[in-house]
Amino acid sequence: MDNIQQTQAQKKYQQRVNERMPKSKIASQCLRAFIAGGLICCIGQAVRAFGAQTLQLDEKNVAAFTSIVMVFLGATLTGLGVYDKIGSWSGAGSIVPITGFANSIVSPAMEFKREGYVMGVGAKLFSIAGPVLVYGISASVLVGLIACMVR
Amino acid sequence: MKSKGIGKQTLVFTAPPHIVSAAAIVGDVEGEGPLADYFDVVLQDDIWGEESWEKAERKMFEHAVRCALDKAELTPAKLDCLLGGDLLNQIISANFAARELQTPFLGLYGACSTMAESLLIGSMLVDGGYAACVACAATSHFSTAERQYRQPLEMGGQTTPTAQRTVTGAGCSIVTDSAYAGKRVFNHVHIPAATIGRVVDLGITDAANMGAAMAPAAADTLCVHLGDTGRGLDAYDLIVTGDLGTFGSEMFLSLCGDRGLDVAGRHFDCGCAIFGLDQKVDCGGSGCGCSASVLNAYLLRRLEAGELQRILFMATGALLSTTSGMQNDSIPGIAHGVVLERK
Repeated sequence: MDNIQQTQAQKKYQQRVNERMPKSKIASQCLRAFIAGGLICCIGQAVRAFGAQTLQLDEKNVAAFTSIVMVFLGATLTGLGVYDKIGSWSGAGSIVPITGFANSIVSPAMEFKREGYVMGVGAKLFSIAGPVLVYGISASVLVGLIACMVR
Repeated sequence: MKSKGIGKQTLVFTAPPHIVSAAAIVGDVEGEGPLADYFDVVLQDDIWGEESWEKAERKMFEHAVRCALDKAELTPAKLDCLLGGDLLNQIISANFAARELQTPFLGLYGACSTMAESLLIGSMLVDGGYAACVACAATSHFSTAERQYRQPLEMGGQTTPTAQRTVTGAGCSIVTDSAYAGKRVFNHVHIPAATIGRVVDLGITDAANMGAAMAPAAADTLCVHLGDTGRGLDAYDLIVTGDLGTFGSEMFLSLCGDRGLDVAGRHFDCGCAIFGLDQKVDCGGSGCGCSASVLNAYLLRRLEAGELQRILFMATGALLSTTSGMQNDSIPGIAHGVVLERK
């Protein structure tokens, strides 16, 4: 009996919290993510165009070149302490592109250097990017198998 | 036999201990807030010349204790006991600071309620005759808390609107018996009673909404305290909560309203007070350094000056860990109440 009453008090409270708590401004944040994400992709496209036209790289190399440059930019801005400020403005807009991936690896590397290169940097480097890699690679294997069978 | 307690959870000190001195140290962001002028030390940067933030945090704890002692012209050797804690795993800030201070030490963990917990137990030691002079302290640090509970600092992302910023701050009160004859910063501040809180959990699971998780505990402790002492709200100039933040305060007021208590006019939340409205901290400050620094820098001075006669200081703690959070446990809250009175 006591247990049921407790649950009702909990439910009532949780309902009140959900009704009154300040909500994220989804519309404006989507817009920001769109602008920031779009801008990062435009920069990526410009880098790609530079690789293809000025450096005369072929299709495969130009993709690698673009990734390398964008990861370098993301990592550098993280190291300079700028990327977290971009991230707090743009949200998913700067997390989803490859620069966000660089940020998620460089930020723990900077932070856990004090715990040493093995158990600090080594162990924590992929603490955020790890799940992305695990499921990303798993998905690619799965898709690969399906593609193989369909053929 | 219980001879110094009344009601369910309240302790009454027969010879109310005195707070004779106090000190508070805060970080740079807190130093830009509205209470900046009250703090003893405002750090230029939050690493304070140390190799790591953890080392800076323990230095803040140690320095707060030394600063409070200095003001009363005391030395660590004069302390019968140091009580305190912080938010880090195995409360390393307090433990390592106590190593430097070489006083008898009781390490406490009450999450953000630690300042009230240390004052409560310190007062029991003094009133019980087991100690004549104790130091009660607590500390927290934004950067160490972020890396333990959340994400690396340089990780770019957004906070939810209910999130709070962990205060970089440490505070210490020196509590003595009435026979104390040394130098005093405060001549009038006493601790006549305290209420030990119980853990209350209304099932909030969002670790970015700790104000809402702790509000029920604060409301519970307030009601129990008023019931035990037979007092009404009008006996208090302020009902102080530790770090409920703006949204947690709203829920606290609404829960008190359910029980017929209109606290709105006399409620003060340290988490809402420490940062200015223009500082982007979402719902306000949190961490045990929040209530510790605001109490020791600001509230005690107002009591001493006679602007306040009696307050109920309830530091609120969210008793979660990263493990319990990941296993989808709800967040238990606790609030201990300490009555601070001007005499």
